[in-house]
Amino acid sequence: MASKPLTLYEKIWAAHVVERRPDGTCLIYIDRHLVHEVTSPQAFEGLRANGRSVRRPDLTLAVPDHNLPTTARMDAQGRPLPIADAQSAQQLAALERNVAEFGIDYFGATAPEQGIVHVVGPEQGFTLPGTTLVCGDSHTSAHGALGALAFGIGTSEVEHVLATQTLLLSPSKTMEVRVDGTLGHGVSAKDVVLAIIGRIGAAGGTGYVIEYTGDVIRNLSIEGRLTVSNMSIEGGARAGLIAPDEATYAYLKGRPMAPAGEAWAQAVAWWRTLPTDPGATYDRVVTLEASDIAPSLTWGTSPEDVVPITGVVPDPESFADPAKREAARKSLDYMGLAPGTRMQDIAVENIFIGSCTNSRIEDLRAAAAVVNGRRVADGVRQALIVPGSGLVKRQAEAEGLDRIFIDAGFEWREPGCSMCLAMNPDKVPAGQRCASTSNRNFVGRQGPGARTHLVSPAMAAAAAVTGRLTDVRDLMGG
Amino acid sequence: MEPVSKVEGGAYPWGAKNIDTDIIIPAHWLKTVSREGLGQGAFEAVRQDPDNLFDDPAHAGSPILIAGENFGCGSSREHAAWALKDMGIRAVIAPSYSDIFSGNAFKNGLVAVVLPQPAIDRLIEVAKTDPVTIDLETMTVTTPFQDRFAFEMDPFRRECLMEGLDEVGLTLARDTAISKYESEVADARPWLKRERADESLAVAGNRRT
Ligand code: SF4
Repeated sequence: MASKPLTLYEKIWAAHVVERRPDGTCLIYIDRHLVHEVTSPQAFEGLRANGRSVRRPDLTLAVPDHNLPTTARMDAQGRPLPIADAQSAQQLAALERNVAEFGIDYFGATAPEQGIVHVVGPEQGFTLPGTTLVCGDSHTSAHGALGALAFGIGTSEVEHVLATQTLLLSPSKTMEVRVDGTLGHGVSAKDVVLAIIGRIGAAGGTGYVIEYTGDVIRNLSIEGRLTVSNMSIEGGARAGLIAPDEATYAYLKGRPMAPAGEAWAQAVAWWRTLPTDPGATYDRVVTLEASDIAPSLTWGTSPEDVVPITGVVPDPESFADPAKREAARKSLDYMGLAPGTRMQDIAVENIFIGSCTNSRIEDLRAAAAVVNGRRVADGVRQALIVPGSGLVKRQAEAEGLDRIFIDAGFEWREPGCSMCLAMNPDKVPAGQRCASTSNRNFVGRQGPGARTHLVSPAMAAAAAVTGRLTDVRDLMGG
Repeated sequence: MEPVSKVEGGAYPWGAKNIDTDIIIPAHWLKTVSREGLGQGAFEAVRQDPDNLFDDPAHAGSPILIAGENFGCGSSREHAAWALKDMGIRAVIAPSYSDIFSGNAFKNGLVAVVLPQPAIDRLIEVAKTDPVTIDLETMTVTTPFQDRFAFEMDPFRRECLMEGLDEVGLTLARDTAISKYESEVADARPWLKRERADESLAVAGNRRT
């Protein structure tokens, strides 16, 4: 056939155009909408003010995550404990009122399925290949790991989707990020995505949807792919995509909200048509070699400030761009670091293993493998493990991972966003340093004055047991 | 939404690059359930410095903010646009914006003008002492001097801004097309509809209110 070869992105886009306007913008149908407590109250308020309803409550799923404390949620008798922070309580109450009023499925604070919205979606099979999926949260890009065109939206757009199940969008440019080769020992999906962002820069993907390809991506588990796609937004791209394959189907099959029976077979048949056609072209192509990627981490206050763990804090004067030089100076001042310091000589007082980037079962297994038989170092003030969902937590407990962490001196918490952002009681104190598996090292992100180093779960575990940033390969043997 | 065709007056001569949404409005301000009052939290960290631009009597209350590239990067929080509006800012001029921020800005009637860096540099000079005018009719930014910088804007967004149109209302008027799409998809991709067999799911977990 002579039809033009298409990319995965182009195929999903074409399948969702309701109308094309003369100026090229399209009314795009949204198949799945995830809602959480922070970015939705004003959207529901807007619906109410205009007497509008939710068009497709069946395509909408709500779960609280950002504000919820990660300490126990029920007392010994199973009664819910109150939330101390009045504003958080008000936002959570608003969500409960809104889902009840508009008839939206909801996993409440004490539901076993509750968790971070981007962990819950894939885990429930709510996220499906070839769908359009949105949420009022920039890390919605994570869901692209399953081959969904998924991106974060603002509250006005949340209102628009609730009311119309559509969005007005212009097509994005496409970027292929290909990672070839085989990852070295101790190198994880997090290191891959940090290396990618270090390469393209924090604004490098602006205006693009990234499709991740190559052997390294193919060989990642779905968990690993979620980690990579999650951080697409840190490279400026609103969405990341990974073509669905057998691993995707195996992951989704039998999930509570995934299609079953006849519908499953039909779905898989369609999903198989989605991968980018041979000969299709992207607007930009970036390639990385797996052998160049070491366990990596950030030194500054932008996710593009990436070095290998074997490296040193860079000298601001070494940057050619004067703006970057100035930004680096400011970053180092905020981070309390001197140029030339070996990354491995930097002590950390806080460890955070969690967030929608790295809180799935594989992440906890990787961290536990490093921690097993060791203890959290004396200089560490707080070491938190926050599973991404109730189901992840129970799975980890069934595998005995909670014991490994607790025996080593970690705190084993309830699911939520936790220390990823300073919106709930989990914060990094001013001036202190945190080895964090989250996705943002912005000024104040983990608390006013907090200093964040983004790392993989295994690297965070290594830092916990040594009390300083550490090359996890030194603890792994083999 | 209020129609807007012209924004004129003082402009904060800032020019800082990569201003992320955490700087515009820190996360702890996100706990509100309303769109109002966020101006108090806008640029909170910057305003810790007693000599900051935003509290400088020469500039405080200006309707225009001049910023550097990649303005509004970071999270998708629309609170950034609400906070800017609530502190009295009606327009931002910068070389580039994060995609999400520029969308949020337009939806809230906040004008986001894109101009190249040399124009930004010049406007920062002017704004230290003199007003700036953004005209959506002529698509120009002008100063009391000879400066005249033309900019481009998506025609649909421009129309929405100038007429104060509500996007949800506009789309609801396309209901026939949306319903037609839905019925076609129901045939072509039947697995997309979600069975809600377990009605109890709608209230899974306890209720705290
Ligand atoms: S874990 Fe962090 S990045 Fe992910 S949704 Fe929560 S706050 Fe956002």
